[in-house]
Amino acid sequence: MPEDRIRYFDHSATTPTHPDVVAAMLPYFTEHFGNPSSLYGIAEESREAIARARSQVAAAIGATPEEIFFTAGGTESDNWAIKGIAHAHRDRGDHIITTAIEHHAVLHTCAFLEEQGFSVTYLPVDREGRVDPAAVRDAITDHTILVTVMTANNEVGTVQPIREIGAIAREHGIPFHTDAVQAIGNLELDVDEDNIDLLSLSGHKFYGPKGIGALYIKNGTKIANLIHGGGQERGRRAGTENLPGVVGLGAAIERACTDIPAHAARLAGLRDRLLAGIMEGIPDVTLNGHPTERLPGNINLSFGGIDGEALLTLLAMKGICASTGSACSSGSDAPSHVLLAIGTSPQRARASLRLTLGDLTADEDVDYLLALLPGAVEKLRRLSGAGA
Amino acid sequence: MQFTEKVMDHFENPRNVGVLEDANAVAEVGSKECGDTTTLYLKIRDNRIVDVRFRTLGCAAAIASSSMATELIKGKTLEEAWALTNTDVVEALGGLPEPKIHCSVLAEGAIREAINNYRRSQGLDPW
Ligand code: FES
Repeated sequence: MPEDRIRYFDHSATTPTHPDVVAAMLPYFTEHFGNPSSLYGIAEESREAIARARSQVAAAIGATPEEIFFTAGGTESDNWAIKGIAHAHRDRGDHIITTAIEHHAVLHTCAFLEEQGFSVTYLPVDREGRVDPAAVRDAITDHTILVTVMTANNEVGTVQPIREIGAIAREHGIPFHTDAVQAIGNLELDVDEDNIDLLSLSGHKFYGPKGIGALYIKNGTKIANLIHGGGQERGRRAGTENLPGVVGLGAAIERACTDIPAHAARLAGLRDRLLAGIMEGIPDVTLNGHPTERLPGNINLSFGGIDGEALLTLLAMKGICASTGSACSSGSDAPSHVLLAIGTSPQRARASLRLTLGDLTADEDVDYLLALLPGAVEKLRRLSGAGA
Repeated sequence: MQFTEKVMDHFENPRNVGVLEDANAVAEVGSKECGDTTTLYLKIRDNRIVDVRFRTLGCAAAIASSSMATELIKGKTLEEAWALTNTDVVEALGGLPEPKIHCSVLAEGAIREAINNYRRSQGLDPW
């Protein structure tokens, strides 16, 4: 039976742009198209729109507008924060501290810096995916110039004790960067209270457009530029501004951060019901990540005796969009570095399923998935012999 | 991942799934790339594969390939079955996306290993 309604359980991958956000953006494609760098009236409107968006982003994370710089997304923000700090502080040292479970935007950037002679400590995490702040303290040397730890993990949803980690970095006078791409709109963040010097965020993870993000850089932080060219973004990030994108980012973050507790409570309610139903209906399942310190909409599971990608394919046939911890489908067959880092066996890591809930997830979608998943898992287990 | 209708059909309704209690040739092979496994059971009589079953822990492409391969070798002589390559299986499925080609190698490997196990059990040299 073909299923026409899409049941979307992949909000950590991306979210649809909210209609209100699209509406806010539209005039900036057509009417208010002036290049913000020009001198006439319609350029002034563009400048004002950018200033407004900058204030919206700043307000959402407790920063001031001058501390917000627009980028092309989370990946660019991570690259800028890490390479920018590394290059600006090389005279002080060449050591960076991060974790084994960061996003590839952070890990691959660190690996690139290693090729350039920097040294990087990849801190391990515990079975639930948490970084021990004491391990950060122990890893700091006289040469450490950056600590970068994500706020919440994109695969297993574990939330890190970033406030404590930031405090430790601050005590030592080391800049602290956090990749908050998955956290915005799901967790309340305040760059001052959380001791954050640099923070990456990305519009399409909270119902804003793709291709736009921001980097928060605390006033007074010494950082090299990543993108060179014109004098945009106060000379820090060249390139004609993505005006509609910037406007969309501002509108989206204001919307997403207006009532985080209510949003998080709704998602956590759906998540807990889904998780309880799965645990009850399917034998041999484990929850990956932290039982409580996790994103409100994240469930990451490993099943015995199946291949995660096969499960995804079965679910996709029934109109369900989800993802697996395995990178199999992207052509590389290595199991998820995050699942391996929390001690999951390679076999179990390949048998993982990530369900991320958000605005598109309705009660009936949870019911639908709960009705379908046990049968799908059982079917694959019969095929592999694990269910016999 | 875009699969052909044939692949989806064999994935959703795989043929010849299970264990053959009276098999006289069995092979279990795993993929180095991804760690997935296939077990193949053959019943061979008079140099001919008269019955076949499989079990696969793997992705949709691996399951569909195993299913298609069992269909292709049923009733064949051992020589004919040995000659079956993963390219034949992929062709019979109407193609597989590039990154999934390795999944079809499991089936080919299982067939050849089962045939050699059979030959050994008959006191013959493996091919
Ligand atoms: S990815 Fe392992 S068999 Fe296809």
